[in-house]
Amino acid sequence: MTEVITRAHGGGGVQTHDLIREVFAARFSNPILDRQDDAAVVDAVPAGRLAVTTDSFVVDPWRFPGGNLGDLAVCGTVNDLSMVGAEPRYLTAGFILPEGFPLAGLEAIADAMARRAGEAGVRIVAGDTKVVGPGCGPFVNTAGVGWVADGREITGGGARPGDAVLLTGDVGRHGIAVLSRREGVGFSTRIESDVAPLWGLVAAVLDAGVPVHVLRDPTRGGVAGALNEVAVQSGVEIEIQEDAVPVLPAVAGACDLLGYDPLHVANEGRALVVIPEDAADAALARLRSHPLGAGAVRIGQVSAGPPRVVARTPLGGRRLVDPPGGELLPRIC
Amino acid sequence: MCVAIPGEIIAVDPGGTAEVDFGGVRRSISLALVPDAGPGDFVIVHAGFALHRVDPAEARETRALFRELLDDDPAD
Amino acid sequence: MTTPQIDPAPRLLERVQAYRGPPTAVMEVCGTHTVAIARLGLRSLLPPGVRFLSGPGCPVCVTPVDVFDAALFLVRECGVVLATYGDAVRVPGSDGTLAEARARGADVRVVYSALDALAVARSEPDREVVFLALGFETTSPTVAATLLAAREARVDNFSVLSAHKALLPAMDALVQDPDVGIDGFLCPGHASMVLGTRGYRPLADEHDIPCVVAGFEPAEVLAGLALLLDQRLAGEARVENAYPRAVAPDGNPAARAVLERVFQRVDSRWRGLGLLPASGYDLRPAFASLDARRRFLEGVSFDGREPPGCRCADVLRGVLEPDGCALFGKQCTPENPVGACMVSSEGACGARHRYREA
Repeated sequence: MTEVITRAHGGGGVQTHDLIREVFAARFSNPILDRQDDAAVVDAVPAGRLAVTTDSFVVDPWRFPGGNLGDLAVCGTVNDLSMVGAEPRYLTAGFILPEGFPLAGLEAIADAMARRAGEAGVRIVAGDTKVVGPGCGPFVNTAGVGWVADGREITGGGARPGDAVLLTGDVGRHGIAVLSRREGVGFSTRIESDVAPLWGLVAAVLDAGVPVHVLRDPTRGGVAGALNEVAVQSGVEIEIQEDAVPVLPAVAGACDLLGYDPLHVANEGRALVVIPEDAADAALARLRSHPLGAGAVRIGQVSAGPPRVVARTPLGGRRLVDPPGGELLPRIC
Repeated sequence: MCVAIPGEIIAVDPGGTAEVDFGGVRRSISLALVPDAGPGDFVIVHAGFALHRVDPAEARETRALFRELLDDDPAD
Repeated sequence: MTTPQIDPAPRLLERVQAYRGPPTAVMEVCGTHTVAIARLGLRSLLPPGVRFLSGPGCPVCVTPVDVFDAALFLVRECGVVLATYGDAVRVPGSDGTLAEARARGADVRVVYSALDALAVARSEPDREVVFLALGFETTSPTVAATLLAAREARVDNFSVLSAHKALLPAMDALVQDPDVGIDGFLCPGHASMVLGTRGYRPLADEHDIPCVVAGFEPAEVLAGLALLLDQRLAGEARVENAYPRAVAPDGNPAARAVLERVFQRVDSRWRGLGLLPASGYDLRPAFASLDARRRFLEGVSFDGREPPGCRCADVLRGVLEPDGCALFGKQCTPENPVGACMVSSEGACGARHRYREA
């Protein structure tokens, strides 16, 4: 019999403690977590500021080509911290598990979290587990704390006319990888999610002293969604060259099959970098020297204008790029 | 939404369902409406069915049309 | 596999832009062309006097409201599992959308193919599964083949609510409509894949309308437009094929045979165009047991009220530009569509709004 999660695992009794010890503590062990107090006590930072973020992960299905819920739960929060230039330090993790969920699945999620936390240099210092009725989930919430050096000011409102817009790699892999495993879609692919913790890549650029204005990871809503947020926050027009945005042939094929625009499809291991024009070449070189940025390209520039995103088409036309609206549905008929 | 990219038939099962590859994405596609298509053929697919088998000669006609419209040398 | 090494699109565009013939309104009759034209920003690149009109090529757009009312009735009152294509779940009926019904507990499934709906019926034999079938001759043969498969496998909990339309009667009605001035048709790539190019001959021969079948890649759209403008310059009206890699003169006879076997032509109501003779496809009586209308909707009728203020009907005939509607981009957006033409990314309003020229 496969061991499964039961209500007892969320009851706070013996089974809860066994689960914490055998699944979580064994994998996430560090001196702060291991004290097992009601709250994690961490050292104050000597200088600079703290960045704090939280995100809930509900990906369906919970495992997909290239990763699982645990990869997303760590990378998503690490990347949110990284996008304000914060060095990720601590994470908390809350698990909401459906009754009947296989224990082996939870172990796979925890394995992925431990591995990704190691890659990102972040410690999981507090956690919680609840068990709910069967039917949906598992869900994971992570909160993250990161350290921002003094003088570092990276914000979605920081784009200035004349800035260059860089993208760290090809787009659409994560969304297509997840969709390929969703029931009812029924296509198979070798495309794997791009999920990865981006702090190392970001640090490679920041450590070189390159003056980054904006970092944004194009997750839900894709590149179109992320650039529209930046355009609105900064009050600028962003123009991209449509055919400069790299898309793998398999991703393009899947988008064609389903009627999606690759600019709308989610990524979990890519970043948009907005940077003064005179620093763009240096930043591109730094990005490309890192394994996660090998495919980095320049896709456009910022100008004074109404807050919007414009694509220059391969034929030289100019059209608006809206963020995606509503649920992405296969449009076939 | 019409799918422009032709897919390549990788394999066909006895029931007439083919595994079709679209540049790395695969889906099972019914060949009920192009009964003479087989492995190695490229097909244009709509809503889960192959609707047309692309003939290499027809593909050349497209290139010829572009050349004709652009007054290009056929050697291009 | 057929893409030439160097993209010919920029030079084809130059060729189109050099046109100095009579003013020409080109109607594209395929939603995928509508999207391609909008995505390329082609409108702003056209030579003087040349313009595109979006025709009735978006399946969910031409489907009248009462069909969505029937689908809503099926999920709310009959408790069926309703499977359909993605765009259809967001089209407003007289009282809500299928997506809203789903949020309130109705069982509505988005599928990629009619075969996927049949698979649902086979895996859930205790549920009645109805497939809401929309579209032109590209899609209707796939549904016909699915119905044949359902009959062969004796699946008795599957049926189809057909709103299939025949393309040619609509094109014929449009050229005869005095309000719509069409000088040429950019004919759909994939409906022509089934129908062939012959069906367009009466439009060219009797109504002097140049008809050019075009593909969907930028170069293919431009090649089609170039051929059409050449005809205008020469004062000719012929059927030409700029998409030979997909469209044969006789189309796909096997697909047409399957379509004819399962469906029969009936008079049919279109959003915008009204009732057109022999313009719809209903299941033949021999397939009555697979016909959702006969199984669930005998004696039930729906008034199918259009949303107030919505001018989809005029947009679909090409007599009103999407931004000529007072609701466009204000009350009616892709996020909160009022009319069907805004719901679908292939609708004239949806494509124009999503890919607004800057």
